[in-house]
Amino acid sequence: MAQAVGTAHLETSTGLDNRKLLMWLFLGSECLFFGSLIAAYLLYRDRSVAGPYPSDLFDIPFTSVSAFVLLMSSVSMVLALAAIQRGNVRGMQIWLFTTATLGLLFLSGQAFEFTEFNHEGLSLSTNLFGTTFFVLTGFHGAHVTIGVLILLSLFTVSLQGRIQQKDSLNVELAGLYWHFVDIVWIVIFTLVYLIQP
Amino acid sequence: MTLAEYRRRGGVEAPRGEEQGAEAAHAERHPGPLEYAQIGLILALITGVEVAIYYLGLAHTLLVIALLVLSATKFSMVVLWFMHLKFDNRLFSTMFILGFILALSVFTVALATVGGKLV
Repeated sequence: MAQAVGTAHLETSTGLDNRKLLMWLFLGSECLFFGSLIAAYLLYRDRSVAGPYPSDLFDIPFTSVSAFVLLMSSVSMVLALAAIQRGNVRGMQIWLFTTATLGLLFLSGQAFEFTEFNHEGLSLSTNLFGTTFFVLTGFHGAHVTIGVLILLSLFTVSLQGRIQQKDSLNVELAGLYWHFVDIVWIVIFTLVYLIQP
Repeated sequence: MTLAEYRRRGGVEAPRGEEQGAEAAHAERHPGPLEYAQIGLILALITGVEVAIYYLGLAHTLLVIALLVLSATKFSMVVLWFMHLKFDNRLFSTMFILGFILALSVFTVALATVGGKLV
């Protein structure tokens, strides 16, 4: 079922909201940022002269659950946006909180994984695999953390009654950022975890 | 300017006045919750297939190709439906695709010149 989304005629040179345009420009630049980190990981992951190596450490069932959790958080995020666009503030609050909770669950999983790897002897300076892996997934985790903070801020502001249907763009911008974090993990999950040398 | 002209030009010109504002609003049509849930289900299924393929013991080249196709499908579905690029103004798509192509170029050049490999 399609839903018309109201955008008032905007007196900008593009006719589009500048905040949304800026968000897309930012996400375009973030592609380059993560693209470089992923390329660096693929270049160096099998050039370590000492272990541990990816095949010694990766727990695919565990990471698959993490990937599923983040994917489902994207669904709840888009449902939050659909709710506020229909004027359902309560629905938006529930879905925003669900998204933030799933984000925190993902971060807990990542913290557990990092701790386990560290116990197995992998650190940022152990070998080239460790350096590139922790930098890539660490930066992604930092992005998820920022996303969770944005979601919780939106949730708090909405509890104060300061987000109504007319403010749905704020939720949409947070959603764009959150979905981007999700698509980066889609790529990392495949290229880093599932496709091993 | 008519809605058709506005769309042909990629919405670059600002719509002015109530009629054009309504047109722009009409042009931006997002799916409803049911469609989002259906897409979420498909994404979950694809993730399940990815993990299943990983354990199937396929030849490495075949495994890589299958996983890349599935990953690209998930990526596209999130970008097109959840991020609304399928429904929103083309300028947003341009911003994102330019960044993506640039990233893909860096990725390819780095792997080709320094000798990294996927397969």
